[in-house]
Formats: sequence, C-alpha cells, structure tokens
Amino acid sequence: MNGYVTMIIFVVAYLVLAPFVGGLLAGIDRKITARMQGRVGPPILQPFYDVGKLFEKEPITVNKVQDFYVLCFFIFILATGAFFFAGLNLLLVIFTLTIASVFLIVGAFSSNSPYAQVGAERELLQMMAYEPMVLLTAIGFYIFSGSFDVSAIVNLSGMPFFYLIGIFVGFVFILTIKFRKSPFDLSMSHHAHQELVKGLVTEYSGKTLGLIEIAHWYENIFLLGFVFLFFCNGTWWGYLIGVVVCLAAYFLEVLIDNSFARMKWQVAINSAWIVALCLGIGNLFILKFLLMV
Amino acid sequence: MGTIFFLILFPTVVAILLLVLKADAARDIVVKIACAAIAAGSIYLAVQYFTKGTQYFDFESHAVNMTMMVIEIILAVIIVVLAIRYKKILAAILAIAQTPLVCWFELTKGHDIEVANNLYFDRLSMIMVLIIGIVGSLICLYAIGYMKDFQHHHAGAPDRRPWFFFLLFLFLAAMTGLVTSNNLIWMYFFWEITSLCSFLLIGYNGLFHKEENEDKVATNNAFRALIMNLGGGLGFAVAIVYLGTYGGTIELNKLLAMGNASQVAVIVAAFLAFAGITKAAQMPFNSWLLGAMVAPTPTSALLHSSTMVKAGVFLIIKLAPVLNGNYAGFMTMMVGGITFLLASFSAISQSNGKRVLAYSTIANLGLIVVCGGIGTAGAVWAGTMLIIFHAVTKSLLFLCVGTAEHNVGSRDIEDLDGLFGKMPRLAMFMMIGIAGMFLAPFGMLISKWAAMVAFVNAPSMFGFENILLIGIICFGSAATAFYWVKWLGKMAAVVAGTKNIQQNVHGSEWFAQGTLVALTIIVCLLFPFISSKIIVPYLNETFGGIADLAISSTNMIIMCIMVAVILLLIVFFFGRTNKKIVNIYLSGVNEGDNLQFEDAFKAPKPLALRNWYMDSYFGEKKMNVIGDILSSVAIIYVLGMIIGFVIGGIGGGM
Amino acid sequence: MAYVTKSPWVIHYDGSSCNGCDIEVLACLTPMYDVERFGIINTGNPKHADVFLVTGSVNEQNKEVVKQIYEQMPEPKAVVAIGICACNGGIFKECYNVQGGVDTVIPVDCYVPGCAARPEAIIDGVVAGLGVLAAKREAMAKGGSIPAPEAPAEEGKEEA
Repeated sequence: MNGYVTMIIFVVAYLVLAPFVGGLLAGIDRKITARMQGRVGPPILQPFYDVGKLFEKEPITVNKVQDFYVLCFFIFILATGAFFFAGLNLLLVIFTLTIASVFLIVGAFSSNSPYAQVGAERELLQMMAYEPMVLLTAIGFYIFSGSFDVSAIVNLSGMPFFYLIGIFVGFVFILTIKFRKSPFDLSMSHHAHQELVKGLVTEYSGKTLGLIEIAHWYENIFLLGFVFLFFCNGTWWGYLIGVVVCLAAYFLEVLIDNSFARMKWQVAINSAWIVALCLGIGNLFILKFLLMV
Repeated sequence: MGTIFFLILFPTVVAILLLVLKADAARDIVVKIACAAIAAGSIYLAVQYFTKGTQYFDFESHAVNMTMMVIEIILAVIIVVLAIRYKKILAAILAIAQTPLVCWFELTKGHDIEVANNLYFDRLSMIMVLIIGIVGSLICLYAIGYMKDFQHHHAGAPDRRPWFFFLLFLFLAAMTGLVTSNNLIWMYFFWEITSLCSFLLIGYNGLFHKEENEDKVATNNAFRALIMNLGGGLGFAVAIVYLGTYGGTIELNKLLAMGNASQVAVIVAAFLAFAGITKAAQMPFNSWLLGAMVAPTPTSALLHSSTMVKAGVFLIIKLAPVLNGNYAGFMTMMVGGITFLLASFSAISQSNGKRVLAYSTIANLGLIVVCGGIGTAGAVWAGTMLIIFHAVTKSLLFLCVGTAEHNVGSRDIEDLDGLFGKMPRLAMFMMIGIAGMFLAPFGMLISKWAAMVAFVNAPSMFGFENILLIGIICFGSAATAFYWVKWLGKMAAVVAGTKNIQQNVHGSEWFAQGTLVALTIIVCLLFPFISSKIIVPYLNETFGGIADLAISSTNMIIMCIMVAVILLLIVFFFGRTNKKIVNIYLSGVNEGDNLQFEDAFKAPKPLALRNWYMDSYFGEKKMNVIGDILSSVAIIYVLGMIIGFVIGGIGGGM
Repeated sequence: MAYVTKSPWVIHYDGSSCNGCDIEVLACLTPMYDVERFGIINTGNPKHADVFLVTGSVNEQNKEVVKQIYEQMPEPKAVVAIGICACNGGIFKECYNVQGGVDTVIPVDCYVPGCAARPEAIIDGVVAGLGVLAAKREAMAKGGSIPAPEAPAEEGKEEA
C-alpha cells in the first residue's frame, strides 16, 4: 500500500513539477548560451513567456489530422515520464518514448510539407541513431541489478555508474541528439532557420507548437532522470551526486551545443552507432565477465 | 481427432472441387462456404481441446502410410519431370536424393518402429491451426476479388484460376496436417506438399504456360524456391532416418522427450532446424522468399503470414527444448540473429512495398528462429507471440498492398502518395497494420521486448553469444522502426486535391482486410489472455514451468490500456478540428493548392516528396552478401561438425 | 499583459534591399545589440512569427511572396517596414519596375526609415510593433475578431 502511495506521489510530482523545472532549465540554458557568446541573453523565464505567447496565437493548422498526432505525442511523452517516475519497467518506458516520437514524426509527415518532411526524415534517422544506445543502457541496468524496474534500480546498494561507465558515457553522447543540441540538431533546433526552416515543427503553430515545447520539457526531465539512475545507491548522498551529475550533464550539453557547428547526418548515425557498439556492447561484455568472476 | 481429419480432408476435397469448377459464380460460392467452414472448424477444434491440454491420437492405419508413400513418389516423379522439362537438374537431384531415402527407410527400418501416436494436438498446434484456419481462409476469400482483377490486368493469359484456388486450399490442408502430425514421416509428407504447392504457386505466371505467355522470372524463382526447400527437405529426410536408426523412434514427442543433452536428439534437431531454416527463408536461403513476390499477392500473403514460412518457424519453436544450450541451438540462433539484423537493414533500402514486407518477414522470422534456438521458456513465449502477431499483421499488410497495387497501379511506396486521400480506408488499414508490426503498445513490440529479456536471461554456452544477440536486437529494432515509420509517414501524408477512388475495391477484399484489422486489435487487446491461457500452459507442459514471464502482468495490462487509450483518442479526436486550415509553407511561393510552387520563371512546378533509402549504408546486395557469408559459416560449422561426428560414429560402429 | 509582447518572434524578408538594411537587421542579433534580451528570436518561419520585418521595396516579382508570408502568419501579428525603400520605395520609388513601399501590398504597422536603418532604430521599431501586437491580442481575448486591417498605404506614417 505504501509503495502505491509513494508511486502516486512521484507521478503527480513529475506531472506537476516537470514542466516548471524543464522550462526553467531551458531558460538557464538560453542564459548560459548567451553568456558564452558574450551576450546578456533573455530572462530566465523566457521559455514560459514563449509558450504563453504561443497559446495566445490564432489557432491554425494545415490539415484535420495533424493536431491529433501532436496530442498523442504529448500524452505519450507524459506517460513515458510518468512510467519512469512511477518506478516501472525501463523497457516499457523506452518503448513508450518510441511511440511518442513516432506520433510526432507521423504528424510532420502528414502535413506533406517539404520542410516538415525533411525534418521528419532526419528525426527518424536520429531515432535510429540513438535507439540502440538507449536500449543497451536499459540492458546494462538489468544485467547489473537483475531488474528492469526503475524502483528496484533506485534502491540498489552499489552505484551502477562504476560498472556502467562506458554505457554512461555513451548515454551522455546520445543525450546530445535527444536534447537537440549541435552538432546533432539535425531535425529541428532553436537556431535552425537556414536550410530546413524549422524542420519537424515547421507546420505546427500556436497552441500545438506550445504543446510540443512543453512536451520537450517533460522529455528532458525524464532523460535527466535516466542520468540520475546511474548514481542511485539507495543513500541520500548517492541521490545528491545524481542530481549534481544531472546538472553537470546538462551544462556539458550546453557547452557542446555552443562549441560545435551542425554536422551532417552521416556523422550522427556513424558516431552514435560506433559509440553504442564500442561503449555500449563493450561495457556489457565487461560487466558480464565482472559479474561472473 | 475427427475435427483434425476434417481440417485436412475438407480443404483437399474443396481444392479438387475448385479444380473442376470453371464458372466464376460457382467458384465464389464454394470458396466462401469453404472458408467459413474451415475457419469455423479450426475455432471448433480449438474450443474442443481448449481445456484438455496436449492430446495424442493413436490413429493407426497402414493404408494411410502407404497412400502417403505413393503420393510422395508421385510428387518426386512430377518434380523430376518438371526439372528436366525446365532444365533445372539440381531440383531433380535433390528430389531423387530424398524420396527414395525416405521410402527405403519406411519399408525397411521404419517398418519395425512402433508408432504409438501419429497425430497430436497441443496448444502450439492450436495457435497454428487458428492462424491457418482464420488468416489462411481470409486470404483465400480475398483472392476471389483479387484474382478477378488479376485476370483483368493479364487479359492475354489463359484463365487458370481453378488451378490457383486448388493450390491455395491444398496448402491449407497440408499446413493443418503439418502442425498436427506427431509421426515425423507424416510431417515430412505434408512438408513436401507445402514445398511443392509453393513452387507451383510462385510459378503461377510461368510454369505450364505457352512460350509467349511465360513469365521467365516466375519460372526461375519458382525453381529457386523449390531447390532450396528440397534442400531443407533432404535435411528433414536425413533427420528422420538418423532418428529412426539411432533413436529407435520417429515420433516428435519422443524426440523432444530425449532432452537437449542427448546426442541423437541434438543431431536430429540440427538437421530438422536446418530444414526449418530453409523453409523460414533465413539467410543464406532468403532469396526464395524475395523471388516469391512475382506471384499474385494472395500467394505472397499466404506464404508469408500463415503458411509455408510459418511451417519452418513452427518446427524450430517446437524443437526448442532440444535446441536449448547445444550446438544445434547455437547454429539456429546465429542464423536467426544474422538474418534479423541484415534483413532489417535491407528493408530500409527498398521502395517496393512487397519487398519491404518480404524483408520484414525474413527479419521477423529471424527473430522467431533466434527464440527457438535459445530454447528457454521465456524465448519460446516471445517466439510464439511473434508468430501470432506476425501472421495477423503481415497478411493484413500484404492484402492492403495488393489492393493498392490494383487500384493505384503500383506497389512502389513512393507511388502511394496521397493514399490517405485516395483510399482513406485502405490507408487506415495499412497504418494499423504497420503500427501492429513495430509500434508499442501493439503486438510485435511486446514480443520483441520479451525476446530481448529472454536473450539476457538465457544461459550462455560460450559467454558471448547472448550479448551479441542483444546487440543485434538493439540495432535491428532501431532499423525496423526506421523503415516502418517512413512508410507510415507516407501513408499518413495528407495530399491536397486527391480523389477518392476506393469504391472500386471488391467487397471480399474489404471483408478480409477488415476482419484482419479487427483481429489485429483484438489480439493486441487480448494478448495477456492468450499468454496466460494458451502459451503459458504450453510452456508448463513443455518446459516444466516458466520461472517468470518476461513481461509482468502489470506491464501487460499497462500495454493493453495504452492500446485502448490510442483507440479512444482516435475515436474522439482523429480528424476533428475547428481550427482554420491553411496552406503549407513553401517559402512564400505556394501556388495556393499545396501541390505546386512557383519557380524562378514564375511557372508552376509540382511538388514531389521522396523518402530516404540510404543505399550506401544498407544496400540490399551488400547486406545479402554479408548475411549469406556469416550465416553459411554458422551452418557449415555446426552441420559439418555434426556430419563428421555422424560419419565417424557410423564408421566406428562398423 | 499579453505574453506576446514578451516573446516577439520575427521573420525577416528581403524584398529588394541592397543588403544594407539586412545587415543591420542581423546586427541586432549580435552580442552588441542582443535582441534576445527582449525575447526576440529570428524564426524564418511565418507560422511561428509574430513580427514581420521587411527590407527593400516591393515589385512585381516579390509582391505575392510578401503577401503570402503575411497571410501565413497567425494573428496577432505586426509588420515593420525597415529602411526607406520598404517604407515608400526610397530612391527607387519612381523606377518602372518598383511598385513602392511594403504598404502597397500588406498593412504596415511601423515604419523605420533610414538608409540603412540603424539597429537602434530597428529595435525601436519592433518594440513599437509590440504595442500593436498587444492591442490585437486584447481584441482577440475579448472574443471579438481582430479588426480588419485598414486599406494599405493611405494612413499617416509615424516615426518609430
């Protein structure tokens, strides 16, 4: 009974707080980016203003079905995070994330707009690039802990990080893709307005775009939750290290974003797969033999 | 037992009846009634034995054995004659190698072996019978309308539909026999019939045609399929002879009871698995299934989803207890794994809808084969689920592509632009099928998930193959998502100004597709029930219990809720909006209809969007070469070792 | 207060500018002027934009494009004509191939004259445009439709 109460508290906390934390992180991101470029930058709360504005805009759409896909995307992103923070199965979480991404992509395809479609195809490519590493991360946790359940992994006695260093590095690598940061902001980004207009989200506007933005905040928090998982060992200082590393990872992504130009899609898939192959599978081998000994 | 006989004999009778019926109307009625009867029969059979668990039937008849042998010899003669007629000597050699071998064995050693039970019916058979009976008959139903169009499109060719329907129903009969035979010789008999039927179906446009009408490609592909399957058949024959000689039995259940440590069982299992691999079109034998695409679409659907290839994986899944943790299993899982990965990659580079489906079939079968090769209860759970989901969704997709081809005039995915407007219902069906193929929370993904868990948990022989397989499934499923979503996107694209042309589709086609859509959804919603009531009891009997399910019941329920949520969302929100609909952004030069833009000379230019195929990464040829080499190495390594061992044993015995 | 004034995203279209004003528009994004301080982002997509910045005059070739971009922007939206060419055609006004200022095609809310317009002036122009956005948003919030834009060209031009 107690377990369920904690579960519900976590889920509700996630659903309520994640957009605020996520939005705040996005604001801090923009501020840090500006400072790195020698600018003052927008207010920290700027992302909220942006979304607020989007909700004030005139509702328009390019066809009758597009909004449906975005709605599904939004719901399933929320579900992904909710499952994660409810302590459910990691694979379930990952597959729910996949379905969410697919809805977003199909929505972009449905517009039949060239810019949206190029973005959708690239997003698809990115999905193919990062998915092996995400799955391997879950497998790594499983081999280490004997369970796919987040609730079980959180309460482990050892810190997974020490056994999963390779996987951790690999995961942070693909985080760049997931956060849509340079050099892998191929499908859409905050700065993309040259060759693909706004890629994936070109044909979304107003509330729909706002919804996508909020979904990304949810998604970012969930992804940081994944990073956090590497440092859980059932003690308060483990959790503290986890939070600190999450923030550090976020900062690192901002730094990477500002130090790289956008690269070609070939680089994205090549590097992500090589990383998954070497660091991911390599780490699994080592882990397997470590646990055998 | 009577129902089993009904399901074997009734389609045979119908087949012969259809062969002599020439009138369209009469054929339509017979096919409809027969389909209904077969579907009803298979459901009745399932209900009949639902609570009883595994049943063995000691039906014994010398006459039946003899009839089978005579038919086998006739088949071999037919093959030899055809092979000589079309100058495909290899087929003749393979036929000559195995049929006399089996006959000789049957008349000498086999004669003394007491066969207690010729037939059986367990829950795996139940699943297969339901798939054959329901999905198979839906495909036959669909064929009524499709073949009318087909004849219309091939106006010059003689009407050979009686022959076509004869083969379809014969196929169903043989499949039912195959999944209920406990006597391996019986099973071999049905096995050969399916090989021959598929050969004749693939060669529908080529074989027996006059020179000017003959489609040479069809003839060649048909022979390729025949040769590969006869190669597998030879493996089957060797397995029977070895089992009879050294194991003293030719019964499937006794073979399984020997366990995975018995030398005889391992050797027999290796040869049978080899037969399964050829039939399931695994690399290096995948080319026959791709070649089978030349046949009319119902053939492809039948071969891919409910029969033929399913016979291969059925055998391997059935053999799982003796494949677990030995060299035979190692061969099977390696071949399956390599095939899954490389066929998934190849599918990315294809734009022909049927070829994408073919590669995805090969890939999915690969995954099932891996599950069988691993041979733990968890893996078999995943494999069985894969069989179910794959049968339903893949046949749906094939039937949809067939209909699209006849109405749009192309089976190329790029030409299906705007299908959402042209044939909304068909596009929806296709989208459901595609979602069912790879998307959580729909079926296929659940099975992949379970497979992944099973791979991690499986005991490892060499310490490395599990992690290798995990890597394969991680990369393979990423590729799977890529090619399905880009197709899904194409289906979802709303192209302005398209005219609805779906009223030309035959009623029988809609009925078949609609039923399969309903089945897809029902199976997705009911899979926890299928798991607990059918698969788990089967595993309990076969493996003496399953430690823990890969997917806990909580997660299964969550998945079902997700399916339900999506359905509700579709019902309430799909296609509803009160927003203003505006044009897409085309850099300010949209001509106002979303279809054309203004070029630099102020002239309208049509807008065309194409998908990615990444040929330089996933080119079909490259993938096939790599896959053929790797899987051949695995097969040759293990079979070579076993053959060496067998010959050594025989030599030593002398 | 409406959020729209805190997050005006702009789209920049070069009609037939000599690039002088274009470069000044881009200069606003540099660390020197840093318009992101005010939440201004250059989107390049009319569907995401609130403020339409046009440089250069309008002619036969581009008037449809200007119109279409304007039409594709969701309300509330504002148009800022940057540079004297965009305001009324500038020194090209009488050319046979020039139609005139942007306001001959779409309703303009703010005019930023100059040749080239200075970044400070451009920023001022956009900020003035925010007032228009706020007013339009208020009208929308009250449930009424947005007042139909007045017929182009004939209204008095205000200095930003």
